[in-house]
Amino acid sequence: MKKNIKDNDTVQYIVVQLGGEQYGINIRYVDNIVRMQKITRVPKVQHYFKGVINLRGEVMPVMSIRSKMGLPEDEFTDDTRIIILKAEEKGSLGVIIDAVKEVVTLAPEEIDKVAYDAKDERSNFINGIGKHGEELVSLFDINCIIGEKEAV
Amino acid sequence: MDVSQYLDIFIDETNEHLQDLSDCIMAIEQEPDNMDTVNEIFRAAHSLKGMAGTMGFKRMQRLTHDMENVFQEVRSGNMTVTSSLVDVLFQCLDALDAYLENVKSTSNEGTNDNEAIINQLNAILNEETAGGSANEDAPEATEEASGEESSGEADSAGGYTNKCSLSELDDKSVEALRAAAEKASHVYGVTVYISEECLLKAARAFLVFKAVEELGTIAVYRPSSHDIEDERFEFDFRFYMAGDEPLEKVLAAARTVSEIVEAVGVELDLGDSTTSQPEPEESALDEAKTKENATESAPAPAKSPQPAAAKKPAQTDKKQPAGKQVGNRTVRVDIEKLDALMNQVSELIIAKNSMVSISATEGGSMQSQSFHEQIEYLERITTTLHESVMKVRMVPIESVVNKFPRMIRDLSKKLDKKMELHMSGEDTELDRTVVDQIGDPLQHLLRNSADHGLESADVRRKLGKPETGAIYLNAFQEGNNVIIEVSDDGSGINTDKVMEKAIERGIITQEQGEAMSQKEIIDMLFMPSFSMAKEITDISGRGVGLDVVKSNIEALGGDVEVKSVLGEGSKFTVRLPLTLAIIQALMVEIGEEKYAIPLGTIQTIESISEEDIKYVQADEVIHIRGSVIPLVRLEQILDIPPREAAKRNLTVVIVRKGEKFAGLVVDSLIGQQEIVIKSLGMYIDSSKLISGATILGDGEVALILDVNTLL
Repeated sequence: MKKNIKDNDTVQYIVVQLGGEQYGINIRYVDNIVRMQKITRVPKVQHYFKGVINLRGEVMPVMSIRSKMGLPEDEFTDDTRIIILKAEEKGSLGVIIDAVKEVVTLAPEEIDKVAYDAKDERSNFINGIGKHGEELVSLFDINCIIGEKEAV
Repeated sequence: MDVSQYLDIFIDETNEHLQDLSDCIMAIEQEPDNMDTVNEIFRAAHSLKGMAGTMGFKRMQRLTHDMENVFQEVRSGNMTVTSSLVDVLFQCLDALDAYLENVKSTSNEGTNDNEAIINQLNAILNEETAGGSANEDAPEATEEASGEESSGEADSAGGYTNKCSLSELDDKSVEALRAAAEKASHVYGVTVYISEECLLKAARAFLVFKAVEELGTIAVYRPSSHDIEDERFEFDFRFYMAGDEPLEKVLAAARTVSEIVEAVGVELDLGDSTTSQPEPEESALDEAKTKENATESAPAPAKSPQPAAAKKPAQTDKKQPAGKQVGNRTVRVDIEKLDALMNQVSELIIAKNSMVSISATEGGSMQSQSFHEQIEYLERITTTLHESVMKVRMVPIESVVNKFPRMIRDLSKKLDKKMELHMSGEDTELDRTVVDQIGDPLQHLLRNSADHGLESADVRRKLGKPETGAIYLNAFQEGNNVIIEVSDDGSGINTDKVMEKAIERGIITQEQGEAMSQKEIIDMLFMPSFSMAKEITDISGRGVGLDVVKSNIEALGGDVEVKSVLGEGSKFTVRLPLTLAIIQALMVEIGEEKYAIPLGTIQTIESISEEDIKYVQADEVIHIRGSVIPLVRLEQILDIPPREAAKRNLTVVIVRKGEKFAGLVVDSLIGQQEIVIKSLGMYIDSSKLISGATILGDGEVALILDVNTLL
């Protein structure tokens, strides 16, 4: 009985690396993962938008989570990926991350909810911490990533 | 009869008829004696009535019927067209419009009887003709009655004989009929008689075919479907069909169409099956063929088995394979399907561009002559394909502007000013999506001219102007743009008053105001919440005005400009792009980045040496052929890191928007290219410098400069 509930409520997360830490993105929001490619800069836009890329004939805006969260600038390596997130209202959007690690399945009891903390701006983008074996994974709040808010 | 599937046709055609009526009533008011117009009105009202009746919209039918009565009297000279009659007629049109709106949204005409309007119509009718209307009603009633009455009897209905027989068919027709009969149990030949007063015989025939096709397959038309479509028949036509339903049901379906007097039919025997009796059938056909040939060679003397052929010389084009239905020459297509087609053409052009770029960069093996020729061929095809798709999407602005004369007439009464609308270039074509959205802004500009621009008749007389004010609407194509000018000969814009108002509203300070040019002051009219009306009328003056016009037009990729001379009038110039999705652009390089400049905005390209740059108020300008043009350093505006060595010669692209010019400094020119405009999406607010992006042949994304914001 207990097992059944667990199966129904589990959520899959894609674990990505960003500045030495691990973050999880709910797989429901992920459309695609593509390699780093040439980004066309768009002048005079929000600083965390790196520009646009050509994703199979569509123009896709690309955002740097690092600059949005106030982390040091991205360094592009062979592991750098762009994750295409799909948001219902505003269309799709790419975010740059350092590397993609794995896909994990987390049950509700493995997730600790994070309360909003005004002092820690970075936690604004996170709505929970997942415990996967020995490792901890911060779970992104996708709506905050997509929204206008940023760390100052 | 289930008519729901004709609802679209009904809506479209009713719209057309209403527009015709509106146009004609406008015309008849000007020249009440023009019989052609009266007849035209009568026709339109009559077909409206018929269509509404067919669809079962009784209230619409009743209203149009009463309108028709009025026109009947006008036509027979018992009545004259007065201004008050025209007013009532317009009310009728509005009521019909309301019915139609109801039909559009709910497939039902609604419950408004519009008794008041009908009573008004009848009052006018009675007053003018004193009892004429009763007589007038009579033939109408009998005509309708005869249609209903006769539905009981079949073949013997007074004088209506069935003219169908297999012998009038050629072998191809029989073949077609036989093919249709394979799947059905009965084969009928049906003769349909149309009322002699019917004005749209082809439309009635069409409705009959539609109704009958629900019950079976029509294999052969006599006269040919083409001739029926072109109304090349008298008051009867025949068709041969195969179906499973009893004959009576088929005839009943045909009779439900209004103005069909009678339909008679006979069941035909084609033989047991297609293969069992080929011999006698063929000989019969041969016989039929020889008869036919005979009639063809000697068309004048009538042969009894072929009354139609003798009666209608136009039908001698028998060479054309009969039985094969000649389709309509036009089709109605869902705009979404066209959008999908357009997207695919866009993709094709991107693919083509990438092949062009491969052929240009890849060395050796790709350089063969024939490869280049093929690429050029492909380029030609995609360009033509694009043009064709664009042309399909183009519609004349007529559909939008032809409601304006009526609007001006109403405004003239409402405002108690005499005015007249002069239109030209209604046939100018624009993309369908643009046309759909240009109506409101134009309407607003016209209302603006009528309300604020034109003076009242008294004032005009004192000023020595003709009492009737003139409003002009001119449309024409200029390069890749369509220009629509709305102008009037009214008072023009009083810039002092505008400035006063702006200062009063705290939009500008006194000092700012004094420093402003006339043009800048006029441009303030386009600011949100800036209305010049002294008091709020329901025509304009609610402050949602010119700023909405401007933003609507800019959303379509166009712009609007005003010129005004105090006391002489003002002119609003709306400039719209011909196409929305694919444009010709000049690709330029600035630093490491590539940008596209729409070709339509480019005036010339100049090479300027550093010494030619002059300074006016610390801004860089150049002086070319008599005009002073401000320079725009794109690398500074676009935050592009400058190249190390400043060049002595600058490449300057001169762009133009209306009367304004600017010189854009670029590093190098790449060339002209057909580009597909893609949106940057909703996340990026690009501060208006960039109007979109495009994908180049090598897969790279290039941005499109919005020239309007650079000026």
